[in-house]
Amino acid sequence: MEAFADVAVLSRIQFALTVAYHFLFVPLSIGLGLILAINETRYYRTRKPEDAAATKFWVKIFTATFAIGVATGITMEFSFGTNWANYSRFVGDIFGAPLAAEALFAFFLESMFLGVLLFGRKRVSPKFYMVSAWLVWAGSCLSALWILIANSWMQTPAGAELNAEGTEAVITDFFSAAFNPSIFARYTHTVDALLIMGAFVAMAVAGWYMLKGRHADFAMKTMRIAAVVGIVTSCAMIVFAHASAVVVWNEQPTKLAMMEGMYDSEVPPLYAVGIVDEETQEVIAPFAIPGGTSFLATGNFDTEYPGLNELAQTEEYGAMVVEDMPVNLVFQSYHLMVAMYGLIMLTSILVLVFTFRGGRIAKMRWLQWAAVLSPLWPFIAIQTGWITAEVGRQPWVVYPSVTGPEGVELLTADGISMSVSSVELWVTLALFVLVYAVLLVGWARVIGRFIKEGPVTDGEGPLDAQLGDAAPAAAAADGAEVVAVEEAVEVAAADAGDAKGGE
Amino acid sequence: MFEFLSVLWFFLIFVLIAGYFVLDGFDLGIGVLSPFIAKNDGERAVLRRAIGPVWDGNEVWLLTAGGALFAAFPNAYATTFSGFYLAVMLVLFGLIVRAVSFEFRAGDPAWGKLWDGCFFVGSLLPALLLGVAVGNIFAGIPMDAAGDYAGVPLLGLITPFTLLTGLLGLVMFLAAGAAWAALKAPLPSELQARAAALRMPLQVIALALFAVVSVFALALVGQEMDPNLAVLRWLFAALVVVGLGASIAVGRFQGDDAKAFLAQSAAMIALVALLACSMFPTLVNAVPDSVGPAITLANAASSELSLTWMTIILCVGLPLVLAYHVIIYRTFRGRVKPEDLTHY
Repeated sequence: MEAFADVAVLSRIQFALTVAYHFLFVPLSIGLGLILAINETRYYRTRKPEDAAATKFWVKIFTATFAIGVATGITMEFSFGTNWANYSRFVGDIFGAPLAAEALFAFFLESMFLGVLLFGRKRVSPKFYMVSAWLVWAGSCLSALWILIANSWMQTPAGAELNAEGTEAVITDFFSAAFNPSIFARYTHTVDALLIMGAFVAMAVAGWYMLKGRHADFAMKTMRIAAVVGIVTSCAMIVFAHASAVVVWNEQPTKLAMMEGMYDSEVPPLYAVGIVDEETQEVIAPFAIPGGTSFLATGNFDTEYPGLNELAQTEEYGAMVVEDMPVNLVFQSYHLMVAMYGLIMLTSILVLVFTFRGGRIAKMRWLQWAAVLSPLWPFIAIQTGWITAEVGRQPWVVYPSVTGPEGVELLTADGISMSVSSVELWVTLALFVLVYAVLLVGWARVIGRFIKEGPVTDGEGPLDAQLGDAAPAAAAADGAEVVAVEEAVEVAAADAGDAKGGE
Repeated sequence: MFEFLSVLWFFLIFVLIAGYFVLDGFDLGIGVLSPFIAKNDGERAVLRRAIGPVWDGNEVWLLTAGGALFAAFPNAYATTFSGFYLAVMLVLFGLIVRAVSFEFRAGDPAWGKLWDGCFFVGSLLPALLLGVAVGNIFAGIPMDAAGDYAGVPLLGLITPFTLLTGLLGLVMFLAAGAAWAALKAPLPSELQARAAALRMPLQVIALALFAVVSVFALALVGQEMDPNLAVLRWLFAALVVVGLGASIAVGRFQGDDAKAFLAQSAAMIALVALLACSMFPTLVNAVPDSVGPAITLANAASSELSLTWMTIILCVGLPLVLAYHVIIYRTFRGRVKPEDLTHY
């Protein structure tokens, strides 16, 4: 059981765990940020109290999710130094700048204007409030841009060279490094997936209220927004996903070979499902379209592509040991992602059609259930998509891509921190599992509460009542205020009681 | 040009650290003070509301400083974050549970005690350990030939000196927290009176700790400090004392909470400036029997092109960031009012 004491293996497990967890919440906040901003724009136009209540509902869900995204994001920024010190030394000249830019251009924008959304409704003008909602969303999209620039550079390095000592990558051209070959495809592919996630969560909330027969007006309005965002983002995905696949085809041959389970050179077929037998190096699949993947990538049904065994013979990819490559994992992740896309497209079309044809979805229980379950599909697609991207580039952390500069590559195992022991890693791994589990339960409780409470206008909700108990102390200076607040608390508590009785 | 840029970035890192210590300093301080100066849920809510709109932005200063250190001096980032592994993780876990405690506390009163506890512990860990970390890079750590930390994990970082710097940091954060609470709590209220009463004793302790740490520091690494910066060091040391003294004076005799907070913040900035001038040009000191050399501008700076782009990014980004701060702090100026306490 050498793996239990292997710092590289443990560090990879810790990174995979913490980044996958982080990426449960980031898609929700970037996706819901758009729904929130659209909602607030509607309120800005109508000034109806129920539209303000809808914004408030999404602000609450967004903020609780954003908080956990921020918290687990700090882990990621620290992890390069804590667990990947040699990696940090190798890439610092290039990789650090996007991280700093992300904080400077994106994190400040989103976190500071979120303060306005949370506490500013009565303090700022309606226009300022609406602009703040869009700024928070813009900030989160910018943050995705910078971190994906950093990630894409690791997948397809550019604008850099190996220094004379051969110890680190040095930047030669900032724009080539930032706008490296995979950034556009990766950014559009990723952010579009996050927007699908947001739309589907909005669908699920709306579907849930339809099933329960509550907040009918809010549910229908939300379903309309979600249906439009859902169909636009799902259709756009065809273009972005295709672009991503072409980049992999052109730049990352070992990843493409793993995605399609190709050990030997062949014209890549297209599988829907299958299993890669890593012992016999064969794909067991019920059916395949001959040359299908070749056609999708190049427009020809007969373009041959090198398999892993051939690639392992080359100088560029000689460091890979074919027997150790996690081919089946990458194959399954990739195909599961594609399958999920099928469900995403189907859901988007059904919801669109039955929402806008006289709002028939309001009576279709099966479709409401489908909407409630629908966030699972983008959720699985996002996680498996990233597994494909990140496991697919192993054993390298900085990948020797086809057009990448000579020598700018680093094996994952060479990127670790020499001063961190496996014992320390076990301690922190255990702590991460514990703390993150508590966070997940805490988040689920809060979100569950918010959804149960639903969109409520000011001062009506049971939550407002609970927060109201904070007021008397602050109002100690002003006796009249105390009485007023206590009355409000009593009224709200009575409302809450009624709501409970009514259910 | 390269020399200029690397010196510039040395000081810019400390500017970002100063931004973090001043801004997140007061909300970390409030987190630690909260159980002691707030007697009930209502008062705790006032304290949370006093930092609610700004704490998240304040914390971004740390992420910016971390990212900038990674970009400008990768070796220093790699050695400290991996060398102080368990300590960094404790700071990290503190920041994590603290970040979620605000929203989860508001949205889940049934688990209020847990999230109140997270707010306290999550504030205490960074407030104490950041000072310990600074003490270590200042006094020096053992390093191997590759520049990695070669000492005992976690416990090796705790010495009398680093404990003192940790305490100094903690007390400075607490004083800033008390000053912010006194500035934001409703007037008159018992909470405000308690915060204002606590401010002065904390600042007196800070002055005493500052004196002890300074003498200790001079004895430890006094000879290695850059002689050209001696004047600046005396100036900033004097400013620390003047800032704290002025804060005590205006707080006690004029009852001006805003000026007291600003003077406290000035003292914090002077303290970080003093640190920068005492360390230059070293980023991470090595103990005398260390195998590997200290990490300095000479062996840690990124390339000229990288530093140039970082400077461009900062020149565009920093004015924007400062503008956001003006907007947000203006929007939420003034004391917390009862009607503010209904969330959202």
